Amino acid sequence: MGEALLTHRLVGERLELAAGGSWTASHAGELEALVERVSGEAPKAKNVSIDMAGVREFDTFGAWLLERLTRQWTASGQKAEVVGLPEHDRGLLKEMHGVNREPPPKLQAGNPIVTFLAAVGRAGADFGSNLIVFSEMLGAVSLALLRVIVRPREYRFTSTVHQFDRVAWQAVPIILLITFLIGAIISQQGIFHFRKFGAELYSVDLVGILVLREIGVLIVAIMVAGRSGSSYTAEIGSMKMREEIDALRTMGFDPVEVLILPRILVLIVALPVLTFLGSMAALYGGGLVAWLYGGISPDIYISRLTEAISLTHFEVGMIKAPFMGLVIGIVACAEGLRVKGSAESLGIQTTNSVVESIFLVIVLDGLFAIFFASIGM
Amino acid sequence: MTEKNAVIRVRDLVVGFGDVTVLDHLDLDVREAEILGVVGASGAGKSVLLRTIIGLLPRRHGTIEVLGVDMAKSNEAERRALERRWGILFQQGALFSSLTVKQNVQFPMRENLEISQRLMDEMALAKLEMVGLTPQDGEKFPSELSGGMTKRVALARALALDPEILFLDEPTSGLDPISAGDFDELIRTLQQTLEITVFMVTHDLESLYTACDRIAVLADGKVVADGPIAAMLESEHPWVKTYFQGKRGGMLAERQMSA
Repeated sequence: MGEALLTHRLVGERLELAAGGSWTASHAGELEALVERVSGEAPKAKNVSIDMAGVREFDTFGAWLLERLTRQWTASGQKAEVVGLPEHDRGLLKEMHGVNREPPPKLQAGNPIVTFLAAVGRAGADFGSNLIVFSEMLGAVSLALLRVIVRPREYRFTSTVHQFDRVAWQAVPIILLITFLIGAIISQQGIFHFRKFGAELYSVDLVGILVLREIGVLIVAIMVAGRSGSSYTAEIGSMKMREEIDALRTMGFDPVEVLILPRILVLIVALPVLTFLGSMAALYGGGLVAWLYGGISPDIYISRLTEAISLTHFEVGMIKAPFMGLVIGIVACAEGLRVKGSAESLGIQTTNSVVESIFLVIVLDGLFAIFFASIGM
Repeated sequence: MTEKNAVIRVRDLVVGFGDVTVLDHLDLDVREAEILGVVGASGAGKSVLLRTIIGLLPRRHGTIEVLGVDMAKSNEAERRALERRWGILFQQGALFSSLTVKQNVQFPMRENLEISQRLMDEMALAKLEMVGLTPQDGEKFPSELSGGMTKRVALARALALDPEILFLDEPTSGLDPISAGDFDELIRTLQQTLEITVFMVTHDLESLYTACDRIAVLADGKVVADGPIAAMLESEHPWVKTYFQGKRGGMLAERQMSA
């Protein structure tokens, strides 16, 4: 730390300031404090002179602080002069003389209660607009599907196969693993608790009915929403950001037909397939645990299973699967198209996509439960 | 013009990706307080050179010295100190999309300086005014800006800490000729008031004529010609000849001579 950045001396009615050292960005913090302190001395003096001869380095930060000082004094009717500033730094001071003349735009901070009410209202409106956006997307997809049925040659098979590979085929290992573990856990819990009253064998009923009716399809749908739904939203969102969607539209293609329809159809097909594989893995996991932990041999497990479950249980699970695929696809694509210019909005929409599709999948499952109960399935 | 000392000294630089060698034993000096324009065909390695100097790309061989610091031998702290002394304008602006214009300009200040919010606001607005924007623009988000404004904001951010060296990667690409001309002039005035050294990668012949003190031509991984515009017009290197005396270059050269 070399020379003092700013020293002051009061001579009669004249305040003499001497500046030195580096008036640069790296010293801006200390400099600002000094300038603040010196401006407090000002009322005592009629005129002020600032001697800049000792300054070695000078940049826009220094120039602005000097300008702020002189501007403040000139505003209160005192005379301020700057002396000893090297010729080549005068341009910089002149540049700073012109800036920050108009007051910065004020950001309106509203009444907190009004802001809160506005936020609540906006959330409600958002919920409503979400429903509208989803139904719009459903309509657009149905329309595109009809067009494709009329002219099947325009359907994008290559894209469909590629998406199927990503969404279904590549998801098989992780889906098998997760559902296998879930089946094993249900079986273990069933045996553990049923054993207390000697009804271990009923754990097979538990595993069979639960997996085929509810857990299999639900776990798979949640996995797919997290795995493929999020990637749909991110893909379509970043295509929107980079104007690829607009480019498609101007070339006479319907983005719904080109990008969204194949993706949604793939989900509708992939979900039942994955649900079937997942349910089988869960039954296998349950059987393995029943054998190793519960002492129920595979023969008994299978014969008990055929008694406990019927085709209806299997159908209930499988019927639900394509609808869940549809919901996940619609939500993911609709949220993707709502992405705006910033990286932040891409993140927000992807989160929304996953949260909303998992929520809707569970709601849909509940509605199906009511429906199947009322028709006696 | 007196010979000034070099602020960037590149010696025997080799950079490549896989089997491709982009820069092949390249030597280059950038002198204090000059505007150096780097030109070359697309794919000649101009942006690679820039990105290698600022340390975004690894080099295979050679030394790079910036402001007397050898990039290879410097440690983390020295590098960070060095990074505060240069500002970079990326080709696409590279503004942070979740921050407003003002916050973008304040970002380097907030991270590197200990100054009050008031001074930070004042400095950000001052920088925005220096690059020709209004305080109202400060509240906008990058997605609401036009191409020219994005470049200006990016320049204001590059200038946030009053750097000694300014790297510009195709500053006028994507701008209409009038905005490009204004931008060249802006760079020229800022360079003179702030006394910075400018390293500019460009394709724009007009920029070379109006803004640059010295031009370096990249071809075949080397600097094949360097000097002021007059030297370029006399060069015998085939690419330099076509570039400066071709259809577009020739017209500008004539206009320059008659003016």
